Amino acid sequence: MDDQIVRVISRIIIPFIQVYGIFVVMHGHLSPGGGFPGGAILGASIILYTLAFGAEAGAKMIPHRTSKWLESGAILLYIAIGLVGIGVGRTFLTNRAAGFPMGELGNVISAGFIPFITIAIGIKVASTMITLFHTMIGKDPH
Amino acid sequence: MQILNLILVVFLILCAIAAGRTKDLVSAVVIFASYSLVMAVLWLMLQSPDVAMTEAAIGAGVTTIMFVAVISRTSRIEK
Repeated sequence: MDDQIVRVISRIIIPFIQVYGIFVVMHGHLSPGGGFPGGAILGASIILYTLAFGAEAGAKMIPHRTSKWLESGAILLYIAIGLVGIGVGRTFLTNRAAGFPMGELGNVISAGFIPFITIAIGIKVASTMITLFHTMIGKDPH
Repeated sequence: MQILNLILVVFLILCAIAAGRTKDLVSAVVIFASYSLVMAVLWLMLQSPDVAMTEAAIGAGVTTIMFVAVISRTSRIEK
């Protein structure tokens, strides 16, 4: 797509979308939202970039190799954080029963390891969206 | 509030029927996006803001783009 208006508007609006997505991910344990909606918003911003500037520019910004590594690494991080619960003698993903604190309203750094789990889910969902879209509009390997 | 809820639900049902009966697939995708938007407002009225946020991001945003990408690889008119 070769449209000047779409390019200028996208260049202005993409940072705001990304900041909003990061906000939703980071406040996942306190406010509505969390890893999945925030990751979807972050992925949608990269999809908008690909739509406005073309498939080559999108593939240059987030190469397939990077998104592949992010996707696998985020889910491994999720599993590693979940295993902390087993490490302290409770079940998988235990937070409160294992002695970690619950979330406090208005305090971002609270709630034990729940924020790290939310961040891992956010990275996973965002890179999945990007990989899916880039695979779908890319050249056929056959 | 009751009247607004009724209007939204009727619009939702009309959108669902129209998306299934349209032959032009791009029109069906646009109707489906409006369905998702109305559904997001309804989730908000049902006091479920996180589901509304997900519906607005996934249903109205990403799914529409995915459907358009698939239609651009295949044919536009339903056979």
